[in-house]
Amino acid sequence: MSYTESFRFGEFIGSVLWLVFWVLIIFSLVGLPLLFVVLFYVPLPPLGDTPLTPYLFLTMVVDPTRTVPIIKFLIHTDLFRVAAFPGFMYAALIAAATIFIERKFLAKMQLRYGPLYVGKVEGILQLMADGLKLISKEIIVPAAADKPIFWAAPVAFVAVAGALAALIPVAPGWVVADVDVGLLAIFAILGFFPLITLLFAWASNSKYPFIGGLRALHQIIAFEIPFIIAALSVVILAGTLNLTGIVESQMASYWFVFFLPISAFVFYISSLAELERIPFDLPEAESEIVAGWITETSGMIYGLIQLGTYVKLYALAALFVVLFLGGWAGPVIFPQEILPGYTGEKIYNPTTLSAIFWFTIKTFGVIMLMLLPRGISTRIRIDILLHTGWYKLIVLSFINMFVALALIYGGVLGPGGLLVR
Amino acid sequence: MGLQVVKETEEDRLMTLSVGPQHPGSGHFRFVIKVDGDYIVYCDPDPGYVHRGEEKMAEYRNVIQNIPHLERPVIHDSNNITYAYSLAIEELMAIEVPRRGQFIRAIASELNRQVYTLYWLAIYGIFLGHSTMFMWPAGDRELFIDLLERLTGARVTHAYNIPGGVRNDMPQGFKEKCLSHIAYFEKRLREYEDIFYNMPLFRQRTEGVGILTKEDAIKLGVTGSVLRASGVPYDIRKVEPYDVYNEIDFKVQYMKTCDSFARSYVPFLDMKESCNIMRQLLDKMPDSGDVRTKLQPNPKGPPGESYRRVESGRGALGYYIVSDGTPKPYRVKISVGSFRNMLALNHLLVGNKLADMPSIYWSLNYWPVEADR
Repeated sequence: MSYTESFRFGEFIGSVLWLVFWVLIIFSLVGLPLLFVVLFYVPLPPLGDTPLTPYLFLTMVVDPTRTVPIIKFLIHTDLFRVAAFPGFMYAALIAAATIFIERKFLAKMQLRYGPLYVGKVEGILQLMADGLKLISKEIIVPAAADKPIFWAAPVAFVAVAGALAALIPVAPGWVVADVDVGLLAIFAILGFFPLITLLFAWASNSKYPFIGGLRALHQIIAFEIPFIIAALSVVILAGTLNLTGIVESQMASYWFVFFLPISAFVFYISSLAELERIPFDLPEAESEIVAGWITETSGMIYGLIQLGTYVKLYALAALFVVLFLGGWAGPVIFPQEILPGYTGEKIYNPTTLSAIFWFTIKTFGVIMLMLLPRGISTRIRIDILLHTGWYKLIVLSFINMFVALALIYGGVLGPGGLLVR
Repeated sequence: MGLQVVKETEEDRLMTLSVGPQHPGSGHFRFVIKVDGDYIVYCDPDPGYVHRGEEKMAEYRNVIQNIPHLERPVIHDSNNITYAYSLAIEELMAIEVPRRGQFIRAIASELNRQVYTLYWLAIYGIFLGHSTMFMWPAGDRELFIDLLERLTGARVTHAYNIPGGVRNDMPQGFKEKCLSHIAYFEKRLREYEDIFYNMPLFRQRTEGVGILTKEDAIKLGVTGSVLRASGVPYDIRKVEPYDVYNEIDFKVQYMKTCDSFARSYVPFLDMKESCNIMRQLLDKMPDSGDVRTKLQPNPKGPPGESYRRVESGRGALGYYIVSDGTPKPYRVKISVGSFRNMLALNHLLVGNKLADMPSIYWSLNYWPVEADR
């Protein structure tokens, strides 16, 4: 009997209730005592004028009108930004969702089910199971490997991918690092990836990783230039390197993808190459060089590299949205008041919330577009790849740079242009 | 004693890679290659990892007992490998196969050819990084496995051909089921063409890669789809028709471009042609009659020798059997297409890029287990 036939809704609800019961039991027996212990030992931040004591804090938690300022205070701290919302956790959550969507999406394309059993509903907890499996596995380090670099490179990979995500503005004012030369910083950070790849490949001290590492180096260098030139035409139109500024200039006129379709295309292709996704997955080409530069990875080292890859995927998709699809631009869809007659302090800002909503939706759209080639394409060969990168894409990206210049000097865009609202 | 200066030799620039038997792109087979940069300059095929001594084993069993183990070398094409064996034994013992039995045999062998070719195509797809082309043929293979299961009772190892005919008759409703599956499959074949064969990236990778000229192909003695892709229209079903194949009207599919693309496309054309053959076979098959000639419990023939061959999924597959008049064959030798196609590997890989290794290797229609026997 197949899974769908044996599925009983009642049983499912029952199992969910059972789960909730155990979570509550464990929380009240273990979590609450721990919370009390922590509260008595950790100094709490002052809230406005009043110093927070553990007792006051606990009474505030119970009183909703006083909880709101605490939460507001917490989400405006730097730690929250870096660790949670526009920073790493948001990126990692999108990365996790991407992995699940990729597996289901690809499965539907290939006439199979994909993850099905873990988590009862369509295998939504498969990723968690895979993560636990990777954590519990032994990490095998080759005997002749350069051990410090072998251990450091995967961590550096995730860190650099996280740094990339930190530069992306998600909503007005919601960015970890709002630097004036944001785009330049992104290119600088992207330059670390071939270095880490090659270091890891060399440190593995094995033949297939070595070939894979060299391939990654060739590929990323060949595609960096069209990547940068494609983004440069956006800079010409926007007149700024600041990513927030680029989004705002698109909100003042129209999305740049309408003016620079060729740049957007080149940017998309180059991102695929940067991400080492099919059809550009030569550094990991399985049938030729086993698994390329990640051949010697095992356990959580492999898990970290996968996490880094998907965070990088999120960052580049988000960059595409920021550069070409108007970032968070979109109508305000959340109501101004959550409850009729509620007069207390505003719980949320509808403008920011809908900005986040539109940004996430657009990013997922671009991510889907980046996942698509995996189902329909073969792997490309290295000489064709280099030819594409050095000859075709560079020429193509220059075309739209001239279009951008013409738009600026023709008075269509830019300060006081025809199409600027 | 000062420092000794050692000059870099030509050999130092080369990197030796052992592809297989645990490499994801090799199968149960190893070939040692040396690469100079991205180019392969040396190749040494090293088969034998799955040698099971089938030929020797066949000398210790009688002719009927031989069937289940002789199909092991290529279980995905088991009806064809036992077909040639049955033909050779029938020639030795002068057995006449009933007409309906001949048709059922041919149908089973065509079905099995599809199963094998789809499996081959699935692996060819994943070798080129096309995961959809792995899943689709591997899924559609079930169509024919389902039919063969109805016909023979087993999914892969059928042991269906026996000297004197086939083991049992067709089940009821088989003909209609077969026709509907073929119709669906032909629709799917067009989709394969759209997603795989007509795709520019696939064509870029395979066209003009690994050229095996007509002269070289004949000189190296390759067979089957590899030979036909080099422009030689040679098919055992046509040049040496066995059983009912001389009553069937079909074209020998061949291409003249001699490259990896032709070698991957000819089996696809064969699949199309095979659908056509199956339709004709089902149409012309007598509706009733015996499917096999009853043999004695321990059949034996006069001393003598015979050589018969059939067109398998990988080309000509022949059995040379010597009998000394006892129930057990004196010698059984199998000539398989895989081994003959492997001889071209060295010739084709040298001078090509490392990235072309999977596409050339698997386009040779090589089945390591069959080559080792």
